[in-house]
Amino acid sequence: MSFYEETTIHKRMDATAGAAGSVKTIDRTSHLELDHHDKTFLDTNELVINMGPQHPATHGVLRVILKLDGEKVLGTECVIGYLHRGVEKIAEHRTYTMFNPYVDRMDYVAAVSNGLGYCEAVEKLLNVQAPPRANYIRVILTELNRLASHMLWLGTHALDIGAITPLFYTFRDREEILKIFEKYCGARLTTHAFRIGGCSYETYDGFEREVVNFVNFVTPKIDEYEELLTTNRIWVERTKGVGPITARECVALGVTGPVLRASGVKWDLRKAQPYAAYSDFDFDIPVGENGDTYDRYLVRMQEMRQSLRIIEQAVGKIPAGPIMAKVPKVIKPAVGEIYHSIEAPKGELGYFIVSDGSTQPYRIRVRPPSFVNLQALDMMVRGQLVADVIAVIGTLDIVLGEVDR
Amino acid sequence: MIAKLKGQYGSGIHEASTYLGQNYMIVESAMIPEILQILRDEEQFDYCVDITTMHYPEQEKQFEIVWILYSFARNERIRVKTAIADGEEIPSAVPLWPAANWLEREVYDMFGIRFQGHPDMKRILLPDGWKGHPLRKDYGIIQQDRDWVQINLGIESGQ
Repeated sequence: MSFYEETTIHKRMDATAGAAGSVKTIDRTSHLELDHHDKTFLDTNELVINMGPQHPATHGVLRVILKLDGEKVLGTECVIGYLHRGVEKIAEHRTYTMFNPYVDRMDYVAAVSNGLGYCEAVEKLLNVQAPPRANYIRVILTELNRLASHMLWLGTHALDIGAITPLFYTFRDREEILKIFEKYCGARLTTHAFRIGGCSYETYDGFEREVVNFVNFVTPKIDEYEELLTTNRIWVERTKGVGPITARECVALGVTGPVLRASGVKWDLRKAQPYAAYSDFDFDIPVGENGDTYDRYLVRMQEMRQSLRIIEQAVGKIPAGPIMAKVPKVIKPAVGEIYHSIEAPKGELGYFIVSDGSTQPYRIRVRPPSFVNLQALDMMVRGQLVADVIAVIGTLDIVLGEVDR
Repeated sequence: MIAKLKGQYGSGIHEASTYLGQNYMIVESAMIPEILQILRDEEQFDYCVDITTMHYPEQEKQFEIVWILYSFARNERIRVKTAIADGEEIPSAVPLWPAANWLEREVYDMFGIRFQGHPDMKRILLPDGWKGHPLRKDYGIIQQDRDWVQINLGIESGQ
């Protein structure tokens, strides 16, 4: 008889005894009579536990079922869909313009990137080119958003592992980015910053100055984050060698973004298939070697510096001119289909749009980086410790709004 | 590459062309496993970007499945498409690209297309007991599985 059954029976006996009016203590001596295999429940071979969907370290409503042997993870299964809103279905019932704000609600910490991908995809379908000025504004805002996304990732990831301070630092500095967004388009999170054909807003007075000030302000702050973590012994112990994934596994599983780069693949869509105005700027693609949590951390830290480099170059030479291309009032692309993808902070974000020649898309498919990357969780945590699951979920940098759509 | 494949498979490839600078080919559904295998092994399309489906209820073969593939070595994408009828099954691409696992489950969840040989063919975004496949064109935008909502959420309607 197992430990658990034994106790329940005792409790039940206790209850009946109580009802009869006598006080009885649980008789624990019977445990001594169990054969030695059942003496301790630490002998349990496998234990299945449920993590989430309400759990502070799953970064949203992710549920992971863990199969454990002691502290070792034997396998996991992700249960997702708690935040499913049917974005792709909604798209079929909206015009191209009306669907634009919806995409912000997928990866809501990088709404600007979502908007950029969607607008560029529709522009490609329409065979329209956004004017150079719009492209520069797009690059600046998207890179600011990448910084904001990485800062949020760093703060929460460090918090999950046990370092509380970086969260306060990164949220303080992220606030400055949100202020720029708010001044530019009135919204902080779901920005809807771009329109099909360009940008709807001209930059505000002092935009360039504020962006330059921000770059100067945040560059030493990134050093500060690194000082807190990069050589911190606890951080290194908790992240080095944790959740490793090789380049081959990444490619097979379709994993993109910083996770892919941390395992040594120098691939970034901004370089591989440049969009917007990225071909005008000098920047490097940081890569890691070991593909572990520590390398992914280093890659993202380097990416933040590269983003600042891009912003610095872009803001110095924003061309003059219109911010909107000539786009018809009613958007009605010719019959056909297009796949366009951009390098979102989490990886390859693609839009596959099918037009039937009407004002509403026949089908929009979003290829979300978080969804595909999350698939690698099982491989990354197998054989690792249960505490590392938290670290790996953090390092994958998933946003459930995008996983579930 | 397209010419070579066409030479090899002839009528199996219905169309191979470029639209807005993007290559695609429409393939007979029976050829799919072979073509995908060749694209991966011989043409270096090692990364399966996405698998998705369109529903055309007025066509005889209602569903058009699309594989979007990318090759790191060539820095090139290709879309492979095929049409199948309602209730027809299509071989899974999981043995070729493990990435196809969740993508195919999502196609099943949203369109009800089953993939043969998939290791775990079940719903992914919607709950397991849900009836209907929402991205089919005959599924209304406010339609829901009322029974499921009433039993599991204890409310009259989710609307």
